Amino acid sequence: MKSLAELSALRDKMRDKIAIREGNSTTRIVVGMATCGIAAGARPVLTAFVDKIAKAGLTDAITVTQTGCIGICQYEPVVEIHEAGKEKVTYVKMTPEKAARVFEEHIQGGKIVAEYTIGDADVKK
Amino acid sequence: MKELSLNILDIVQNSISAGAKNIAITLSEDHKGILTLTVADDGRGMDADEVSNVTNPFYTTRTTREVGLGIPLIKLAAEQTGGTFDIKSAIGKGTTLTAIFDTKHIDCLPVGDITATMTTLIMGAPDVDFTLSHTAPGGNVSLSTRMMRDVLGDISLADVEVIQWVREYLTEQYHNFGGAK
Ligand SMILES: Nc1ncnc2c1ncn2[C@@H]1O[C@H](COP(=O)(O)OP(=O)(O)OP(=O)(O)O)[C@@H](O)[C@H]1O
Repeated sequence: MKSLAELSALRDKMRDKIAIREGNSTTRIVVGMATCGIAAGARPVLTAFVDKIAKAGLTDAITVTQTGCIGICQYEPVVEIHEAGKEKVTYVKMTPEKAARVFEEHIQGGKIVAEYTIGDADVKK
Repeated sequence: MKELSLNILDIVQNSISAGAKNIAITLSEDHKGILTLTVADDGRGMDADEVSNVTNPFYTTRTTREVGLGIPLIKLAAEQTGGTFDIKSAIGKGTTLTAIFDTKHIDCLPVGDITATMTTLIMGAPDVDFTLSHTAPGGNVSLSTRMMRDVLGDISLADVEVIQWVREYLTEQYHNFGGAK
């Protein structure tokens, strides 16, 4: 069984790392989590990113945050990728599978998955 | 919404937006399959006018006034099972929302993934104190972020490793849970 004792072991492990964590994140993943996003499937998209980050051991480098409705409800779930020194990229109509691909190709590989970005999804509908 | 856990995620976001420091989520199912959901927060609260407006989706549109769909949707989800929905709120005190569902009714949505709702909420508002209590004749599930915070000290509850712990902690509890899912 998972227990609070285990959580305290986790704390001790993380305390050691805390100094280097401060302000170290270079990439921020923002997931729209208003009614429109939730209804369209934003929650499993968020979970998919968190899983990928945990599995890749990139918890120090990447943060995941949530935002309200950004006014393009018909394109939800919407995900923005903010990388230091780069323009933000907006992905639309996301799914956990697409999230996995964006994580591998864009965040880890440095190559934007153009077909999921707002411009392309718009044209192809 | 596909499951009640998504409606819950949606309305608890309102509590967070209202500046709540403490949010208590309780789900309790009786032996007849009647499920009572309450979400109690200590956020800014609403006056009587606001309360009657938010439950009425036809009152006005989003463009003229920030009335959304979250509350009308959960109200509908409860009422379509023959259940009820109620909001009690007081300015400066907080808001308590109660929705009652008949889980045996054909139109009752599945409860769904409460674990994912809790991890999403904690990640989004790591400084809020959440409690979850889900009880049914077949068992119970609970979580208190205050207790986690006591152990974690200055480490953020939004940390991915902490979130993974929450997920496993709740998943294990739900594994043996006998209530409606
Ligand atoms: N717990 C609460 N405390 C204070 N105000 C609340 C609370 N819940 C709802 N409200 C008020 O009621 C309004 C309507 O809520 P509702 O969930 O229906 O839609 P919304 O959150 O505004 O928009 P969306 O459709 O994107 O969820 C909120 O904008 C807020 O002003």
